[in-house]
Amino acid sequence: MTTRAELPDTESPAGPSRPSSDDPPFVPLRVAVGALLRKELGLELRAPQAVPAMSLFSITTLVVFHFALQRGQVDGDLASGVLWVTLLFAAMLGISRLFVADHEEGGLDGFLLAPTDRTAMLVAKAVGLFAFLAAVEVVAIPAFALMLLGPSPPIAAYGQLAALLVLADAGIALVGTMVGAMAVQTRTRDLIVPLMALPLLIPVVIGAAKGTAPLLATAGPHSVEVRWLFVLGLYDLVFGLLAFALFDYLIED
Amino acid sequence: MLYGTRLRALSIATLVTMTAALALAFFYAPMDADQGFMQKIFYIHVPLGIVALCGFVWGGINGIQHLRTRDPKYDLRSYVAIHLSLVLGAGVLITGSIWARASWGHWWVWDEPTLVSFLIVFLLYATYQPMRFSIEDREKQARYASVFAVTAGAFVPLNFIAVRLAQAYTHPRVFATADGGLPAKMQLPFYLSLLGMALLYVTLWRYEMASKNTSWQLRALRRKLAGDDAVPPVGRTAAPTLPSS
Repeated sequence: MTTRAELPDTESPAGPSRPSSDDPPFVPLRVAVGALLRKELGLELRAPQAVPAMSLFSITTLVVFHFALQRGQVDGDLASGVLWVTLLFAAMLGISRLFVADHEEGGLDGFLLAPTDRTAMLVAKAVGLFAFLAAVEVVAIPAFALMLLGPSPPIAAYGQLAALLVLADAGIALVGTMVGAMAVQTRTRDLIVPLMALPLLIPVVIGAAKGTAPLLATAGPHSVEVRWLFVLGLYDLVFGLLAFALFDYLIED
Repeated sequence: MLYGTRLRALSIATLVTMTAALALAFFYAPMDADQGFMQKIFYIHVPLGIVALCGFVWGGINGIQHLRTRDPKYDLRSYVAIHLSLVLGAGVLITGSIWARASWGHWWVWDEPTLVSFLIVFLLYATYQPMRFSIEDREKQARYASVFAVTAGAFVPLNFIAVRLAQAYTHPRVFATADGGLPAKMQLPFYLSLLGMALLYVTLWRYEMASKNTSWQLRALRRKLAGDDAVPPVGRTAAPTLPSS
């Protein structure tokens, strides 16, 4: 979305005023994203909240799976399902918290006053959520491998799993940022997030779970079928464009 | 725009088309060799599904219009479209379930990708009304609902691709839904039924639009005549309100 600020010479009918020499200088997207991202990660480093909660939740979920499935070890498509349900549900926690601090402490209002593109918020939040998910996976996947996974797959399989994780996390981060921004304005935030995000993320689950299953199988080729990477990539592309086009409408007030 | 005009003609056209389509489906179309009489539900289930999906997309298109113009009229159109599609969607799931029971012996089968995709889409749209209801500010409610309508509208085809891919190699398609695979004597009732369902949707959509517009106009008139105090304020609602009120 091209905003008024990117085209300083044209008068936009929607804009309240034309930028004049009195306006503060326009902050480039790169700088704004950098500042927002530093804030996001700095908050989490100084007072860790989302990542420990999500990690703890994912380990608890693995324990629940152990008792619910009544299995000591899982492999193949069962293991893939357990892993992705765990990661997805942990992500729901992060998504519902994503905009809460900004909403309650007035950070969003401050951002809206800043002379910059609103896409900066989308990029910073999505990258921040992606980083949180990656941090959770650094804990959750070794825990899963130790606690539940059957015969350990070869090291090369973990490399391919990482590729799947990157693509799936990008999709979760994009959808999560949109749903989080939408849900924070509702009175029933914690209900809306999973109800809305889970159906939207079904294609990610399909691609990721189908792609992961052969990697975790006891015997097999231990390789990802390319079409699942394609499904995840397509999903990321479509939701990236959608989020880019629609996010501006979610944070104006 | 007046939504109440030509409603009678539209209703009659819907009734005639649907009756003709059903009559053809029952008396003209040949019996299916495998499934026998139960296959007749195909003439209701598939058109219903196609019309419901088109209604979701139509809601998304109106959502784009609303975001571009900020005209609450488009929000109301989008709301009514999605709301009606949800009702038809429930019908699709029920008829699909009955058909699955009759032809495969189970009330629900996971290897029919179209039905599964439809369920996912239905579950997503089922959050539309709760989301609207939980946002109190009218303008914000309309804006967020439109963003949702656009996102979900774009999600519909993506979801169908993903679900279809997940099953493509394990289960070949038995039925082609609307193209080629249908014998000529089944095509006529099918397309007529599709037209009838589309007319039904348009008629219902216009009825609801007319009803919503009329009741808001009535409210505005009451206010003008009896004063603001005589008309109780609107409670919290998921439905859009028109600015004239």
